[in-house]
Amino acid sequence: MTIAFPAPRAPLVEVDRLSVAFGDAAPVLSEVSFTVAPGECLALVGESGSGKSVTARSLIGLAGQGARTAAGRLAFAGDDLLGYRERDWGALRRRRIGFVLQDALGSLDPLRTVGAEIEEPLRAAGGLTRAERRERAIELLRAVHVPEPELRARQHPRQLSGGLRQRALIAAAIANDPALLIADEPTTALDAAVQAQILALLRDLRSRDGALIVVSHDLAVVAQLADRIAVMRHGRIVEQGSAAAILGDPRHDYTRALVEAAAAIHGARPRVAAAPTAVVPLTPAAPLLAAEGVSKTYPGADRRPCTVVSEVSLALHAGETIGLVGASGSGKTTLTRMLLGLEVPDAGVVRWSGDDWRDLPARERRTRRRDVQVIFQDPLASFDPRYTVRRVLDEPLALRGVARGERHDRAAALLGLVRLDAGLLSRRPIELSGGQRQRVAIARALALEPRALICDEPVSALDVSVQAEVLALLDDLKARLGLACLFISHDLGVVRRVSDRIAVMHEGRLVEDGPADRLFAAPAHPYTRALLAAIPSLDPMRSAHA
Amino acid sequence: MRFVRIILWRLLAGVGVLWAAASITFVAMNVTGGDTAIAILGGPEALPTAEIVAQVRAEYGLDQPLPVQYARYIGRLATGDLGESYRLRVPVAGAIAEQAGATVRLALAAGALALLIAVVVASLTAGRETPARAAVSGAELVLTAMPTFVLGLLLLFLLSFQLRLLPVAGEGGAALVLPVGTLALPLAATMAQVLRQELDAILEQPFILAARTRGLGEAAVRYGHALRHALVPLVTLFGHMFGFLLGGAIITETLFARQGIGRLMADATAATDIPMVVGITLLVAASYVIVNLVVDLLTAAIDPRGATA
Repeated sequence: MTIAFPAPRAPLVEVDRLSVAFGDAAPVLSEVSFTVAPGECLALVGESGSGKSVTARSLIGLAGQGARTAAGRLAFAGDDLLGYRERDWGALRRRRIGFVLQDALGSLDPLRTVGAEIEEPLRAAGGLTRAERRERAIELLRAVHVPEPELRARQHPRQLSGGLRQRALIAAAIANDPALLIADEPTTALDAAVQAQILALLRDLRSRDGALIVVSHDLAVVAQLADRIAVMRHGRIVEQGSAAAILGDPRHDYTRALVEAAAAIHGARPRVAAAPTAVVPLTPAAPLLAAEGVSKTYPGADRRPCTVVSEVSLALHAGETIGLVGASGSGKTTLTRMLLGLEVPDAGVVRWSGDDWRDLPARERRTRRRDVQVIFQDPLASFDPRYTVRRVLDEPLALRGVARGERHDRAAALLGLVRLDAGLLSRRPIELSGGQRQRVAIARALALEPRALICDEPVSALDVSVQAEVLALLDDLKARLGLACLFISHDLGVVRRVSDRIAVMHEGRLVEDGPADRLFAAPAHPYTRALLAAIPSLDPMRSAHA
Repeated sequence: MRFVRIILWRLLAGVGVLWAAASITFVAMNVTGGDTAIAILGGPEALPTAEIVAQVRAEYGLDQPLPVQYARYIGRLATGDLGESYRLRVPVAGAIAEQAGATVRLALAAGALALLIAVVVASLTAGRETPARAAVSGAELVLTAMPTFVLGLLLLFLLSFQLRLLPVAGEGGAALVLPVGTLALPLAATMAQVLRQELDAILEQPFILAARTRGLGEAAVRYGHALRHALVPLVTLFGHMFGFLLGGAIITETLFARQGIGRLMADATAATDIPMVVGITLLVAASYVIVNLVVDLLTAAIDPRGATA
């Protein structure tokens, strides 16, 4: 800070031709080179498996068990890291580099108080008494804008929301004033509104003079933070440069695809001008699925009843797509479970094609269930891991009474419908990519020839470029098959792309419900306005002012 | 408050368990026990006359209808009267109290040793692919599969007869080593297997990686974070394995000619000494109730999330 002349500052992080391999397998990183100057923010962007996390973890010696690291140079603040032993790495992690992990929900020890977790690096670094540590922990929580820090420090992680946990993790990472903060997917598990707050916090921390490395699959997220962006693929950096250059003038094909995919999802007017709007029936037929004033209350912590859904009315008509938006905990999932008849509302009625679900005999309910199929966020969890794709598809076909001999052809046809090769029939779910799995899940849903699909965060576990493909597929299938669709997501950008109508839930209530275009043009409820403002944009200038 | 509720609930359930144990024993001895009066008189070899048998029947109320006998039996037990041993002619409570100390010492020492071995072995080998881990896993498998008396004889043969390191029998401290080892090793092996499996899974959790990113050393990660998570299933397992400890105590005490409840139980069963069998059964049931109460309290203390009574 006392440098009088603008001398060329030595880089804080120097990485030259870094390669990492596990065991005898092919290297996961090859010849990765970059530098980070003091006070600078570098973003590492790429899909999962591109090597960005391994790169970040190599800087603190935690690339993983059995990792073999080789590099021309790997240095932090002039110190050669290649010669580091375990105890040197410990000192580096304790005092000089803070690391924020991706999983805000799982990265705090569930059996410890939040305060204890933040005090841990302080205790490891030494030099403070117990009382001083406690005070410092509260100070840190305040610095990351956690309200009521004294109370929060005494609580366990499960008592904190995702956003607060992420803040607490950041507080632990900056406890010993590190010169470099590394954040690995810091907002991936968070809702749009919370994501914006965390990004603002990271920006704020940066401006205080620390260097920052952000790892993300989402270009829109890093656009708001990074001075420079390095795009990674298959363990290599395919392009790096200033944020403006990468976003405004991408050179590499892959970078261009990423920018386009991000723009398609988060951009200005992305919706494919498709036919579905016209499919909305003009005659007031009974809706396929309807909730009329439904409420659901659960016994909460300390026996206080917790109302999860409160007097919600929502109707899904044939051929229509409704986007259901809300933060986690807003009651989206509970409402969906009630619509599916998996949960009985405490008040109100759920109707299937006009009939009160509770009045239907069990046999009738089972038949009608096939009319509404669900696609989940994590398709892998919804498959029996021992089943092949053929068996996954065989099950619903058998249920519908398709003769055994015909099923193979039908299964292949279903895969064709979701644009997958019939050769995948003999694979198991674990052998498929995330995008392929979600397509198989869609094929399985379609096998029952449903009239409506309920898509619960169908693309939020997927990488951006794959997201765009799956969304386009869903859009196309809806139009071709005349399916109604209830599309649930915390991501307004994604919802906007597919929905005719958008319903916004907030704290168990439906605060807004209307045509997608009107909702975006003139949001009525303050919460909707806040959600719209929180959509990350690719434009660094606009975000800087936001 | 939560602890008070757990204690009250468990104690209430415990009374039910004791009542059930007493009732089952009553039914069992009336179905299979042979003639109680003859057992009181020292068995058929004593050749009691019919007159004396009838007299004993009347004296002990054995001529009453079963429901009346049952009511009296439960009533006596409820007031804490365990009766008199047919075989030893002394109050059952006194005889048990006299022998309990030896068994409690044996069981506590074995339990503590097993816990210690399990924690040390598992925490050192979990999450690592080392030759030591493979060797320890193999030893655990052998110990888990080996019957207690085989292990006891093996240890006796090796350490006492061959190497002459330890006495074969007796009541001193050195004589405690073999019985405790015999009882502890299989228990330690089972617990180490479970604990290592738990630790393996926990060491993969994101919060462990998070602790490492903060620069914590391996020991702080393992003992400060991971172990506490693995203790809940371990403590629960220990509660279940308590029965193994008691069963093992009977074999061990017989094998090493030690005094104790196990020995008392074996002798009482052989002699159809019903009051003694009932007394020991109730003692075992009661200690089960208490051990599982302690397990529940420990679980609630270690992991404040779940655990409500």
